[in-house]
Amino acid sequence: MSERLIRILSDALPQLLEKFVTMTIPLTVLSFLLALVISVAVAMIQYADVKGLRLLCRGYIWIIRCTPLLVQLYLVFYGLPSLGIVLDAFPTAVLVFGVNEGAYMAETMRGALEAVPAGQMEAGYCAGLSYWSIMGHVVLPQAFRTAFPGLSNSLISMVKGTSLASVITVTEMFRQAVVINGRVYESLALYTEVALIYLVFCSLLTLLQRWGEKKLNVYGGVR
Amino acid sequence: MLQVKDVYKSFEGKGQEVLRGVSLHVNKGDVTAILGPSGSGKTTLLRCINFLERADSGTMIFDGQTYDMHRVPKDQIRRIRKKTAFVFQNYNLFLNQTVLNNVTLGLTSGRKVPREEAETRAMQALRRVGMAEKAAAYPGSLSGGQQQRVSIARAIAAEPELIYFDEPTSALDPELIGEVLSVMRELAQDGMTMLVVTHEMEFARHVSSQVVFMEQGVVVESGPSEAFFEAPKTERSRAFIRSILGQHEIR
Ligand SMILES: Nc1ncnc2c1ncn2[C@@H]1O[C@H](COP(=O)(O)OP(=O)(O)OP(=O)(O)O)[C@@H](O)[C@H]1O
Ligand SMILES: [Mg+2]
Repeated sequence: MSERLIRILSDALPQLLEKFVTMTIPLTVLSFLLALVISVAVAMIQYADVKGLRLLCRGYIWIIRCTPLLVQLYLVFYGLPSLGIVLDAFPTAVLVFGVNEGAYMAETMRGALEAVPAGQMEAGYCAGLSYWSIMGHVVLPQAFRTAFPGLSNSLISMVKGTSLASVITVTEMFRQAVVINGRVYESLALYTEVALIYLVFCSLLTLLQRWGEKKLNVYGGVR
Repeated sequence: MLQVKDVYKSFEGKGQEVLRGVSLHVNKGDVTAILGPSGSGKTTLLRCINFLERADSGTMIFDGQTYDMHRVPKDQIRRIRKKTAFVFQNYNLFLNQTVLNNVTLGLTSGRKVPREEAETRAMQALRRVGMAEKAAAYPGSLSGGQQQRVSIARAIAAEPELIYFDEPTSALDPELIGEVLSVMRELAQDGMTMLVVTHEMEFARHVSSQVVFMEQGVVVESGPSEAFFEAPKTERSRAFIRSILGQHEIR
């Protein structure tokens, strides 16, 4: 590797990491939290079979899952202003990523809720518990354990997915790399560097997932 | 204490009615065994009585109050359930909670008993079924017999007026049935009111005081257990007793 290249890459590294920490991670965390709230609500509405709302939830999941994320980003950021709705780039990204991943995570959560044996709910009722305390103490904790690998998947995919925010002018890590590359023209090296940062971080998340699964496993197998 | 009258129930998509006018009467301290061949509607009856299923029609008198079983509102259902307990065939312990929490949850969350008192009562109940030393274990690590005993502890800790059992020993390996039955026998001797769906003829004959024999959604015969086993009134009861006792002798 030439000295020039080494210098370019080592100069780029702190700038990339800075954007990673100040943009990519906050974007991921906020979007994921939004997605989590949406998904739990949407899954619980379907689980409880709330008439009317249920149909709304299916419609939401249908539309989100059957249109591209990129198109959704463009629609909100470039399309909505013509209706007078103007949002900054960062909030737009949080909103779109959250709403988008929320649909997938809602399906993960719904599957997990449905996998909780019906007898758990019935036993709760017979023990004199209310619907909400059964949900809180029994059904949701079990569902979260089942959903955990799927939700981890969503989180990891979201870390990388935030790079799409670059197309609506959010300068997260990937866009920073594009900007630097505009000065130095070292696509192969720079984008490899970016890829490696994603790789390292997502590997950490993978380890974290494995640790979390062990933690959640305290109560052993389901008989 | 509990009386149900003319309970009817059919399931969607199934033409035949599963319960066709079932009535029964349970007095305080009674241990009533519900007997009958598979598919006769015993489980469905218990589930209707505890509102896990909605009866199509029927009247229930519990603690002097009369309820239309088809239309009881949710808050009243919950009030009735707090005075009763249910022991399931497959235990249905809360899988993510320890044995102790399985017993306390209905007290702390369901009945607003303070945590400390709930734990004292739970430990008493667990001692009664011989499961106190497993208080910190999770249900998944227990044998079926142990799980069922915990589920009985969960039932009695709530100090219910009446406990329903739906074939509490049918999911158990033969060598584990005895430990559960003996816990139930002690409960009966202590005066607990119990309504028990069972295929255990020993229990029906010697522990229960009343028998309700069902077939195809109707009560064929009911009365004191002695009389039922010594001098069954109907040909159907005679045939049932013969077939069941026959099986047992073989085992
Ligand atoms: N949820 C349901 N949906 C449709 N049919 C049902 C349902 N539950 C019970 N049935 C039907 O109702 C009838 C009575 O069932 P039930 O479980 O009450 O019988 P049981 O007397 O408890 O039998 P077993 O001794 O085998 O437990 C059966 O024909 C069964 O197929
Ligand atoms: Mg049954």
